[in-house]
Amino acid sequence: MTTRTVAGKAFVYLLLAAGTVVFLFPLWWMVAVSLKTADAAQAATVQGGIVGLMPTDPQWNNYADALSHMGANNAGESGRGFRDALANSVVISVLVTLGTVLSSSLVGMAFARMRFRGSRGMFMLMLGTMMLPAQVTMIPLFLLFRNLGWVDTMLPLVVPAFFGSAYFIFMYRQFIAQVPEALLEAARLDGQGWFGIWWHVILPLTRPVTAITAVFTFIGCWNDFLSPLIYLQSDDQATLSVALNSFRNQFGGINKVNLLMAASITTMIPCVLLFLAAQKQFIEGLGKGAVKG
Amino acid sequence: MAAIELTQVSKTYAGDVKAVREATLSFKDGEFIVLVGPSGCGKSTLLRMVAGLETITGGTVSIGGRVVNDLPPKDRDVAMVFQNYALYPHMTVRRNMAFGLLRRRTHGGLAGILFHGAERRAELEAIDRKVLDTARTLGIEGLLERLPRALSGGQRQRVALGRALVRDPQVFLFDEPLSNLDARLRIEMRAEIRELHRRTKASMVYVTHDQEEAMTLADRMVVMKFGVVQQFGTPAECYGRPANRFVAGFVGTPVMNFVDGRVEGGTFISADLRLPLATARWPHMPSGAATLGVRPDQLRVEPGAATGDAVPAVIRAVERLGDRTDVVLAVGNTRLTARVENDERLAEGGPAGVRIALEAAHLFAPGEDGVRLPDALDGR
Repeated sequence: MTTRTVAGKAFVYLLLAAGTVVFLFPLWWMVAVSLKTADAAQAATVQGGIVGLMPTDPQWNNYADALSHMGANNAGESGRGFRDALANSVVISVLVTLGTVLSSSLVGMAFARMRFRGSRGMFMLMLGTMMLPAQVTMIPLFLLFRNLGWVDTMLPLVVPAFFGSAYFIFMYRQFIAQVPEALLEAARLDGQGWFGIWWHVILPLTRPVTAITAVFTFIGCWNDFLSPLIYLQSDDQATLSVALNSFRNQFGGINKVNLLMAASITTMIPCVLLFLAAQKQFIEGLGKGAVKG
Repeated sequence: MAAIELTQVSKTYAGDVKAVREATLSFKDGEFIVLVGPSGCGKSTLLRMVAGLETITGGTVSIGGRVVNDLPPKDRDVAMVFQNYALYPHMTVRRNMAFGLLRRRTHGGLAGILFHGAERRAELEAIDRKVLDTARTLGIEGLLERLPRALSGGQRQRVALGRALVRDPQVFLFDEPLSNLDARLRIEMRAEIRELHRRTKASMVYVTHDQEEAMTLADRMVVMKFGVVQQFGTPAECYGRPANRFVAGFVGTPVMNFVDGRVEGGTFISADLRLPLATARWPHMPSGAATLGVRPDQLRVEPGAATGDAVPAVIRAVERLGDRTDVVLAVGNTRLTARVENDERLAEGGPAGVRIALEAAHLFAPGEDGVRLPDALDGR
């Protein structure tokens, strides 16, 4: 191996290591602070700087304390607020993920494989909706859902997911366009209609795209703060992101930062687990060009 | 088993692209029909219209006496074997073969699970037995739990055949099923398909661009060009009595020799040849511009200087094929290809005398698709 190659490799590894540190630092900081006492955590927050690799006396009880204090409405029951928020987050995220996957794959198949008048125009229109910032549509959507009587229910968060997401429709469409037409023809000869083709042939073959869609949608929904804040006004309807914000307000500024960090890390865990479960398909999907034309 | 009738069937795509033009054909029940022609001739389009995978612009398609123009593919009782097999990659061989049958169950779906458990189980067992029997017939019973990606090309083709066979259709449709296989496997599978036809006596329509495949498989063949049926007849008819110059040139290997010239006073005259034509062969001797067509196996080549009435030629190329030799000859500026028995004396660049068996030759009207001029053998 030449000196140039060794130096080149060393440089690349150095860059990667630096990038890793940059990405992991916030997470490590959160974990470290979550295991400190309240005073030590406050001091770390105020003074900034490196807080040390790990606390010498980790306060594991911070996690239990944080969850027991979470949620504005405890109803006198420790942890009730967290459990309600967790349940709401799970239900909404799962329904939204399911709705997005089912609807986006169906619409993507239609754009990729069905020939109908105006399909190209409709596809362009759908892509155009991706250019609209959420802030622009926020008010009209709120007015719509208010007129429907859906405010303070999960419906505004869940129902739109069943009408497809432009970005994921585009991904499915690009991927499904690569599926050989002969497979669909064989399915037609085997007696399948479009729904049968979608269910038996397209969905199984688009597993990598489904993994990407599911992971991105779930994480996006799980972390979504604005929509639950706008539409879920009752305390018992709050999701984890809203409950986390209430927690921060509840304990004010920099007090109990250790508990705040503990609560934050707890809310992250499902997303990490989901990614770990789906990462093989996820990376396969990215590699196979699920996101390229 | 069913007869197929195509009446003035045509297919026009957007932009006025006519893929098939008014094809009228009648396939008998149990016949093995081959649609053959160069790429883009409309043979696959015609097959797909029979299958219901393409809409029919004009005319009618009948299967078993029933007009099927508006019937979806699943209701036409046809099964198709695709060029690239079209096996579902995420399903095992067993499931690939059973898939079409599962759709046709009486007690499928949630209702079957909830209310007709026993009947559903019986149906599934019957399907499983049928799949196993068919797999045994094709010698693939050991592959039932494999996924398609774990199969070789030949195995996949057998599975594709099995998937069609298990459905017991009226008509089997094959869209160039052997074109992705190597030469040896192609010959093997060809024999299997022929054996399958002999055993099932089913109506089969087979598309290929390989005229040799067409000749070996077909009971009758349809030769097509640019969407038009050029000739519909037995392989012997298409080979021995070609309807026009295109069919004559397409069917048969090596390609027929064509020499443009004219017929005057019972003699064929071209720039390099002057050949007296037998009146016994052409009782109504044509006159005027014509093209002479002679099969390579109708030429005799004698190495060395031409003697007697042999036409003097120069050997341009010698291709020794083991059991026979193809010789390319130059008669002036005219190129002729002869297929002869092996002869060590044949040498490139050497002289030769060529004898043309004019009694087996054909005369065509001028032009690429010139019709064959009538001769004494017509009407026999």
